Amino acid sequence: MVAALGQGYRAVRWWFRGVLGADAYDRYLAHHARAGHDDRPMSERAFWRARTDHQERHPQGRCC
Amino acid sequence: MTTTSGGSGGVAAPPDQELPPAVDDEVLEEERRRWTPARIAVWAVIALLGGLGWVMVALIRGETVNAIWFVFAAVATYLIAYRFYSTYIERKLLKPDDRRATPAEHSENGQDYLPTDRRVLYGHHFAAIAGAGPLVGPVLAAQMGYLPGTIWIIVGVVLAGAVQDYLVLFFSMRRGGRSLGQMARDELGVIGGAAAVIATLAIMIILIAVLALVVVQALGESPWGVFSVAMTIPIALFMGFYLRYLRPGKVGEVSAIGVGLLLLAIIAGGWISESGLAEAFTLSRTTLAWCVVIYGVVAAVLPVWMLLAPRDYLSTFMKIGTIVLLAVAVVVVRPDIATPAFSEFATRSDGPVVPGPLFPFLFVTIACGALSGFHALISSGTTPKLIEKERQTRFIGYGGMLMESFVAIMALVAAISIDRGIYFAMNAPTALTGGTVETAAVWVNSLGLAGVDIAPQELAGTAAMVGEQSIVSRTGGAPTLALGLSQILSQFLGGAALASFWYHFAIMFEALFILTAVDAGTRVARFMLQDAVGTFVPRFRDTSWRTGAWIGTIVMVGGWGGILIMGVTDPLGGINTLFPLFGIANQLLAAIALAVCLAIIARRGTVQYLWIVLVPLVAVAVITVTASLYKIFSPVPGVGYWAQHFAYRDAIAAGRTSMGAARNPAQMEAVVRNTFIQGSLSIIFLVLTLIVLAAATVAAVRSVRSGGSPGKEDEPVPSRRYGPSGLIPTPSEKELEKQWLASAGAPSRGGGH
Repeated sequence: MVAALGQGYRAVRWWFRGVLGADAYDRYLAHHARAGHDDRPMSERAFWRARTDHQERHPQGRCC
Repeated sequence: MTTTSGGSGGVAAPPDQELPPAVDDEVLEEERRRWTPARIAVWAVIALLGGLGWVMVALIRGETVNAIWFVFAAVATYLIAYRFYSTYIERKLLKPDDRRATPAEHSENGQDYLPTDRRVLYGHHFAAIAGAGPLVGPVLAAQMGYLPGTIWIIVGVVLAGAVQDYLVLFFSMRRGGRSLGQMARDELGVIGGAAAVIATLAIMIILIAVLALVVVQALGESPWGVFSVAMTIPIALFMGFYLRYLRPGKVGEVSAIGVGLLLLAIIAGGWISESGLAEAFTLSRTTLAWCVVIYGVVAAVLPVWMLLAPRDYLSTFMKIGTIVLLAVAVVVVRPDIATPAFSEFATRSDGPVVPGPLFPFLFVTIACGALSGFHALISSGTTPKLIEKERQTRFIGYGGMLMESFVAIMALVAAISIDRGIYFAMNAPTALTGGTVETAAVWVNSLGLAGVDIAPQELAGTAAMVGEQSIVSRTGGAPTLALGLSQILSQFLGGAALASFWYHFAIMFEALFILTAVDAGTRVARFMLQDAVGTFVPRFRDTSWRTGAWIGTIVMVGGWGGILIMGVTDPLGGINTLFPLFGIANQLLAAIALAVCLAIIARRGTVQYLWIVLVPLVAVAVITVTASLYKIFSPVPGVGYWAQHFAYRDAIAAGRTSMGAARNPAQMEAVVRNTFIQGSLSIIFLVLTLIVLAAATVAAVRSVRSGGSPGKEDEPVPSRRYGPSGLIPTPSEKELEKQWLASAGAPSRGGGH
């Protein structure tokens, strides 16, 4: 029961983090590892800066 | 989800593995067609419940109808359409191929191209397409009764809105995530493409203006609302600094703090409205409109991390949260609805909320929720770059739009659950209600609506209950929805004591969605403008050039700000004159998107299955062209912009200083000026759309005549990852997913389910 609740909580948390975009850095690290780059990945702080800079140049619409 | 890609996204292949990237089409088809007794029983129950829902909503004419029947009719229809119609489109028309890599896979860059788990992307896509639109349109359309709106929202989404979103998403995905404008240029040639780009820009201006108008109408003379919505700005700034300097990347944490502060701001708004500060936060609509304009400029030039990104987190958080809350509340409370299926205004064209006959004006008043062209910009922007497997486009594109339609049904239920007399007192312009509770009650009772007899005390009492000074002529839809929601939610949580909290909660989230759309929209439109001007003045292409950015921003904000100010000061009442233009604009964009889809599909060189796109395209073309023609040529001043324009011009020429709602010469001049602008915009929209439709027809006929022409799709790249196609994997999909997970090794993090 407790285990099932814990699993449910983790599933909701995983989903919500994904929808918000809170898992962007984790996904970037995974992508970096998968792509087999030799250079070190960006630090968390540098990544989020790069991400907002990217958004600055590529604005995404929000609908009505 | 237990994966190697950090929790989002399916399974990517290690270098040496040989598993297939797709379940065979035949196997999937076989599974789909295997009708086990259990499955037959489930679908029979869905069909029965849906049928029962429709009978109760559409045929049974009792005193009241329970809201739960709307839920049954809607959800069952969505499920059946999703299971049968969307798979038909998939099988016959689009033929996705999971052996092909999607742009997210072959162009993965860890940033905007990134394979994303289908369930996460569904939420992401939904948060991008849904906003205040599906909440407002159905409220205004409720003046005609609930049935026309209900039918249009549900049937429209199944045959038009969801089809558009699905097609655009699929075609953009096959083209590396190209934007609608780029696809229009590819398919429709130079003139058609240019018309599509100009139309898109003009449409964005009017959309932002009317959305901003909705906020201003909801906040005018409301210290509570002004305070709590104004507080979203410092809250967002705080979140921005927190994420940048204190704890970078802690998005979930800061969003939770932000939502907490937001709720506090709503509560504090109540204290403010009863304190000596109330005066300072009581702003006229004109002042508020200027505030929104200034906010628009500042938000568009401030760095993204400061305001826009944190506001977007807040907005997404609230969107998912409130919609779940709303659905649960409607199902739990199940309000009884006393509004008639067809109101007295269904057969007339002088409705006080939005003028004009049911056809075509119902179909433009409810745009978002049934068919929204704006979605084509999202379906050809962010989402196609995140899709993991081709087959998932059906779940995201078609399925995502069904969810928005459901939100529209919820909004309709909330709007029709309030007293009809109150509904009309709130939604008619001051020119009709006179602005006070006494005059409004007299006017509403004079309408001769069946069962409506309202006393001034009821209007005053309702205003006091939700913590407003007045609810008379609070047009725009948002306050009506907020009132309906507060009645439903307070029965569910908190009782009458929380009615004013829930009212302002609803105002707050609508304002939040709209302001997010305003700053994001201004920015997107500025980039589009710079791109278009850049064709002639190359320097404008450089979006980091400060001067260019300022010029672009000022031009765009000037465009929507001008229309906003015009709407706020309009003696005739801004919402009822501008909202039809909003709906027409949104659906013209849908016509453009569907026309591009038509040209793409016709490249196959056959007319078979072309009807799938022709049905919504012809419907939306007829609706919007008819509505535009009414707005341009109708001799009825309430309906036709030019009829109104010339009526007032003649009156001024004849030396009159007041006429109808305009009480002095300045107001007479304002009506002449406003109707000129509105009438001119109608003509521009119509002409541009006809050009795009003609260009698409020419391109389609040429393709079919010549037996097909090569498409502009990207070259296929073999896929090396796997993920199931729908929400629930089929047995064979589950089996293949298991094999992939096994071969990809242990999951890298345990956040999955």
